[in-house]
Amino acid sequence: MEFPRGHVANNRFTQLRRTVTNHAATAVAATLSALVVSTLVAIFAYLAIKGATSLNWSFLTQTPKPVGEVGGGMANALIGSVIILLIASVLGLPVGIGAGIYLAEYGQNPLGQAIRFTADVLNGVPSIVIGLVAYGLVVYEQGHFSALAGGVALAIMMIPILARTTEEMLRLVPTAVREAAFGLGIPQWRTTVSITLASARAGIITGIMLAFARVAGETAPLLFTALGNQFWNLSPNQPMAALPLQIYVYANSPYEDWHRQAWAGALLLIIMIVGTTSIVRFVFRQRLGGAR
Amino acid sequence: MATAVEVRDLKAWFGKTEALHGISMSVEANHATAVIGPSGCGKSTFVRCLNRMHETIPEAKAEGEVKIGGMDIYSTPPVDVRRKVGMVFQKPNPFPSMSIYDNVAAGLKLNGTRSRKTLDEVVERSLHQAALWDEVKDVLKKKSGASLSGGQQQRLCIARALAVDPEVLLMDEPASALDPISTAKIEDLIFELKQKLTIVIVTHNMQQASRVAEFTGFFLMGHLVEFDKTEKIFTNPTDKRTEDYITGRFG
Amino acid sequence: MTRIRFHQELDDLRHRILAMAGMAEQAIDLSVQAYSQRDAALCQRVLNNENAINRAEREVDEFAIDLLAMQQPMAIDLRFILAVLKINADLERVGDQAVNIAQRVLNMIEFPASELPVDIPAMAAKVRAMVRDALRSFIEGDTELARHVLEADDDVDRINHEAFSSLSRYMGEHPDRAVQALDALSVARNLERVADHATNIAEDVIFWVRGADVRHGAGQTIAGN
Repeated sequence: MEFPRGHVANNRFTQLRRTVTNHAATAVAATLSALVVSTLVAIFAYLAIKGATSLNWSFLTQTPKPVGEVGGGMANALIGSVIILLIASVLGLPVGIGAGIYLAEYGQNPLGQAIRFTADVLNGVPSIVIGLVAYGLVVYEQGHFSALAGGVALAIMMIPILARTTEEMLRLVPTAVREAAFGLGIPQWRTTVSITLASARAGIITGIMLAFARVAGETAPLLFTALGNQFWNLSPNQPMAALPLQIYVYANSPYEDWHRQAWAGALLLIIMIVGTTSIVRFVFRQRLGGAR
Repeated sequence: MATAVEVRDLKAWFGKTEALHGISMSVEANHATAVIGPSGCGKSTFVRCLNRMHETIPEAKAEGEVKIGGMDIYSTPPVDVRRKVGMVFQKPNPFPSMSIYDNVAAGLKLNGTRSRKTLDEVVERSLHQAALWDEVKDVLKKKSGASLSGGQQQRLCIARALAVDPEVLLMDEPASALDPISTAKIEDLIFELKQKLTIVIVTHNMQQASRVAEFTGFFLMGHLVEFDKTEKIFTNPTDKRTEDYITGRFG
Repeated sequence: MTRIRFHQELDDLRHRILAMAGMAEQAIDLSVQAYSQRDAALCQRVLNNENAINRAEREVDEFAIDLLAMQQPMAIDLRFILAVLKINADLERVGDQAVNIAQRVLNMIEFPASELPVDIPAMAAKVRAMVRDALRSFIEGDTELARHVLEADDDVDRINHEAFSSLSRYMGEHPDRAVQALDALSVARNLERVADHATNIAEDVIFWVRGADVRHGAGQTIAGN
């Protein structure tokens, strides 16, 4: 058998060129990564600088003072955000994850294709439009603004993200695992629930965190739904304050003090999102044990 | 000798393509039967029909009569068939998110068994039968199934299959991904298991077929060309095609 | 066709055993010729060639065992190699028989020639034909020819039996020619043994080609199989 030789250049110049190219590419990749990270760090640092001083105990425990007065806090907005996000989760998680399960396990058909397409489109719909839809569905029907409406709007935004990531994570579970379950005489639905979902757990939780992070900071959909509230309110059937809303209102106002509080609010929002994501990841990392 | 598996005129399709053309075979109880043949001959398809796994592939169909211990598998729900007919796959596939204990218990737990005592007993017994107990008895719940070596993982999968107490165990090239020592352990295992079960093993390794199986079936292009005692097939086969295959003139 | 190297080695084995067969055949031819011509030089040649035959036997055995261990032969290939191993042993024994004949002849030459009531050359011709046919059946894989050889053995046995009777009687009548008679008897017996080995070779050929064990008369029930 003839093996051709000599057509692959391997002289000194080529080797040098290759080494240089290698290093250059690495340098470019490193630089771009640093750019991304530094952007994030810059934002965080800027917020910290501007808002850290205002982030004190009274800020966290007091409601806004009447216009013109100095002081007060965003306690109601903080709690309000939590409540609205809870409502959104209760509405959005089952639907989103359920859709993801359907698409992954049963969805190789025209209906599945339609659902996927819809989810992708929905993902791209501007958040303010979704807010308007929630307005029409809930606020208009009920006749008043409410946290519930806000939750609905955010849920609608969460669903496509949840569906797609759940589907992707379930798809990543190798067929061999499902086959092993079938081979034991475990029915399809049980396999999906106890085996496939369990195997994809880490990924699905990441998906949930992604969806959560996406909607936690949304302002536009809450504008015509939750509306915002200067006072304490824990009832989902009434307008409710939310951090992003409060920040928006304060930042747009002519008052110095409110500007200061807006910075603090923004910092608080970021801390809340990053904190929740980190805690959940930490908690669920323990559970994964030796498997990977 | 009792017949464990009676196959009559079994046909199978992938969409419009007919992959098995009317296979008829009697598998002896408490013996190992090997299924050999070149790539694409239908041996895996055949075996996967025996526990109705073939149908799980989209657009796949099977027709014919298959009786396992007298039970007609096509008039029994697939789930029940698969509890009687276990399967071990080519690449070990323990459940990734579960511990060793949970892996072995999965078949029982997910089919309704709740009693802690029963599960403990079955797990221990199955791991003994799979010759894995001594190696893992101290880390049953601490280590995950996926953290074991390849050979151990495969024995874990065997233990898992045995836990539901099947009558027949199907093995699809169970040792092809393993090193020679692990392979030898699995072959020894097959020798032991034959006393309780009937084994059907697909293998492309003819020496393995001759080592573990009393009967061998040679498949070619979806047909069962010859089925006989293993010694006969390997010393003096009747069909020229069988001879050409096992002497390595093709395949 | 796959397993090129294996088939080349099978061919190689075949050539070796045939070379061995050639040497054994030649040994018998020479020793019988020596008897007819009372030629000491021919006897010496036979004795000298014995080492070569023994060496060849060892080499064929080694080669065959390697093939068995390394190539995992099956079915007909396995039977072929096993047949070759047995034929190898038979051919070496044939060589030994030729040596025995040569030694008897050397002894006979020391004594005056006498008319013995036994036709050794004729018997030898039959035996050589059997050996030739057995080897040809191996070359051609011809089981019919092999069966022929099995049948011819009865004839040779009969001739040997008759030789025993006539030579015993002769010795009684001519005690001064006892040595020559005994030598001739020994030659006849060795020839009969060569015929037996030819029969073995024929049986091995049938085993190889048909997978049927026809030794010790078992072949009678597989007629035409």
